[in-house]
Amino acid sequence: MKYIEAFRDGRLAKKLAAAIRNEAAGGRAYHLMEFCGGHTHAVFRYGIHDMMPENVHFIHGPGCPVCVLPVSRIDHAIRLAEEHDVILCSYGDLMRVPASGRRSLLKVRATGADVRMVYSTQDALKIARENPDREVVFFAIGFETTTPPTAVAIRQAAAEELNNFTVFCNHVLTPAAIQNILESPEVRRIGTISIDGFFGPSHVSTVIGSRPYEFFAEEFQKPVVIAGFEPLDVMQATLMLIRQINDGRCEVENEYRRVVTREGNRKAQQLVADVFELRRYFEWRGLGLVPYGALRIKSSFASFDAEKRFAMDVPAAAEVPGCECPAILRGARKPTDCRLFGTVCRPDNPLGSCMVSSEGACAAYWSYGRFRQSVEPQKAERFA
Amino acid sequence: MCLAIPARIVAMDGESATVALGGVKKCISTALLDDLKIDDYVLVHVGYALHKVSEDEAEKTLALFAEAGLSPDDEGAPA
Repeated sequence: MKYIEAFRDGRLAKKLAAAIRNEAAGGRAYHLMEFCGGHTHAVFRYGIHDMMPENVHFIHGPGCPVCVLPVSRIDHAIRLAEEHDVILCSYGDLMRVPASGRRSLLKVRATGADVRMVYSTQDALKIARENPDREVVFFAIGFETTTPPTAVAIRQAAAEELNNFTVFCNHVLTPAAIQNILESPEVRRIGTISIDGFFGPSHVSTVIGSRPYEFFAEEFQKPVVIAGFEPLDVMQATLMLIRQINDGRCEVENEYRRVVTREGNRKAQQLVADVFELRRYFEWRGLGLVPYGALRIKSSFASFDAEKRFAMDVPAAAEVPGCECPAILRGARKPTDCRLFGTVCRPDNPLGSCMVSSEGACAAYWSYGRFRQSVEPQKAERFA
Repeated sequence: MCLAIPARIVAMDGESATVALGGVKKCISTALLDDLKIDDYVLVHVGYALHKVSEDEAEKTLALFAEAGLSPDDEGAPA
């Protein structure tokens, strides 16, 4: 398939790996955080991890919307489906995520709640049109990539006066999360997490452009290279980050130029700005309350806001005891540091969100067999 | 969640289009983009075209990968 196979060429990957070894030969360590779950998966799925020299470390970030969604928000959604008798439309990613009491959207569907898996917000609108007598709620999650489709749906519902359609908004913002990580005590306190550079998000950046990262490069003196999710994209970006670190540069570079520009998709940005506004605070699993890290529906579209239409007083949810997801999401722990990993927490019986989400770091470690290796001593020092 | 795939537009109708990807055809929304035409490649995410794929930039990136092979320890290095 065009634009896919060419970016998975094993022969070129070997050449890039050789170039990386050559550039990283100076003896220093390189700690590179891939913000996105998509990058984490590329690293493990294609064996990039195994092609890197010992001094190049990948640190897995919080860039998986399913993983950072607090348990209480899923509890909210379950309550909507069970107590308010709505048709709850959700992306497939959320169906198996454990909520309080070991429940999930899939489990409550089995006990009679009307939960429907949709591929697109257009499917949710269609369900609302076909069921005028029922309330239909779209459980909206995702980063900037997934927000514009929700904005389109809300505008469409307003234009069609589709008054039985509402959105339970959980959209979150990447730049705020990156800033939160850089300002966390674990990063500032030397010796806990060291981050020398970032792989900038792929598809988030198609929408927001490369410009928002310029602040991080300048303010925090960290290089950022926006990278695609294909293996050669990740390797080329690794090379570009290592070169920046070697040269002492802290710039925003764009490896993913075939779909990312500096300005991004202006039309999508405008649609989002028309429909959503910043939340002062929103809880991220692992990061806690992130200021201005999420969006809510503007008052002009309040009649399409599920949080306004339905009473939503759900108590705060407790994390699963022993689950290291929060620390894993901050890059402070690896999946193999969690005592639940691979013992009671596995993809067929996930306890934590990083295992249930196909993009989570735990799922990546499990699926591609990394857990079978003993903890690599040379790579353990950053967690010491 | 943020996964998206490049697909070719084979038909267009207002704010929707049909894309082809490896023999599969799918109807998507083009509400987020202007100025699309048949045979354009677009990045598809949750049923929406997010961005046009630039053929020119894709070629340049591939050329960049090939350039890495010119580094001194290219030959004979274990991989």
